[in-house]
Amino acid sequence: MSSRLINWFRFSSPATFYPLVGRLLPWVAASAVLLIGIGLYLSFFVAPTDYKQGEGYRIIFVHVPAAWMSMFIYLVMAFWSAMGLVFNTRLSAMMTQALAPTGAMFTFVALWTGAFWGKPMWGTWWVWDARLTSELILLFLYIGYIALTSAIEDTRRADRAGAILVLVGVVNIPIIYFSVEWWNTLHQGSTINFRKESSMTSTMLWTMLIMALGFWAYTIAAAFSRVRSIILERERNTSWAQELVAGEEVDKHG
Amino acid sequence: MAEFFHMGGYALYVWGSFGVTALLMILEPILLHKRHQAAVRRVARIARMQRAEVRKS
Repeated sequence: MSSRLINWFRFSSPATFYPLVGRLLPWVAASAVLLIGIGLYLSFFVAPTDYKQGEGYRIIFVHVPAAWMSMFIYLVMAFWSAMGLVFNTRLSAMMTQALAPTGAMFTFVALWTGAFWGKPMWGTWWVWDARLTSELILLFLYIGYIALTSAIEDTRRADRAGAILVLVGVVNIPIIYFSVEWWNTLHQGSTINFRKESSMTSTMLWTMLIMALGFWAYTIAAAFSRVRSIILERERNTSWAQELVAGEEVDKHG
Repeated sequence: MAEFFHMGGYALYVWGSFGVTALLMILEPILLHKRHQAAVRRVARIARMQRAEVRKS
């Protein structure tokens, strides 16, 4: 039992995590390209035209996966923040930082595609309803986290302040998720519901799930790549980082 | 083909959504690659400078 614990903590050291992530990255990136490629093909050539919204509904295949990722990435950041505060591991804050820009990007995509879907279907780009407003607050939380951590020069203090901000903001996630049930919103209720049968045809559902898996793989690849840069930027004066980089440069030429 | 791009009259909305999403999801990996290259170069430069200092002293 204890040997397992040691093994896990071994990977929480940046020196072992950096090469591990480097080996995994090409595979994760390749699965992202493959899954999103299949997802796009299904989105445009296989999924049938919707009887109510015509071709316009196809926006769902990016909108819903992006919205899921926007919330899920925040939850993962909250997990790493809690780990960082409890165990005081350096890697936790690096992972939180590695995820934030991708989370902000997906939140923006969810809002943008939502506007481009709302305009033809509701007749407006934007309304201040509970779902849209809480998602906008999520974007501000991501931007706030990035601004706060980059404004504090001492990395330890920046990590702690960032972790606290992320954990305070996590209350917003259930608000987004349940907003369509708690308030009377213009935004439709969830298409996929674990408590009752889905209101979509199975082809549409599968297309959406494959796109979501592709966005997952994309997120993991982006976070892996960014965490590698963050590790190098922070550990640039250590001998192990310099040896790793020397090895990488040899790899490229040899 | 033209019918495909017309998207049953929803062209602006469908392509406006997929287009911006694609743009961001292509741009981010490019920026990430550049950032990693810059980080590698910086560490390599520091390593060179330290080796040079060791030799001098």
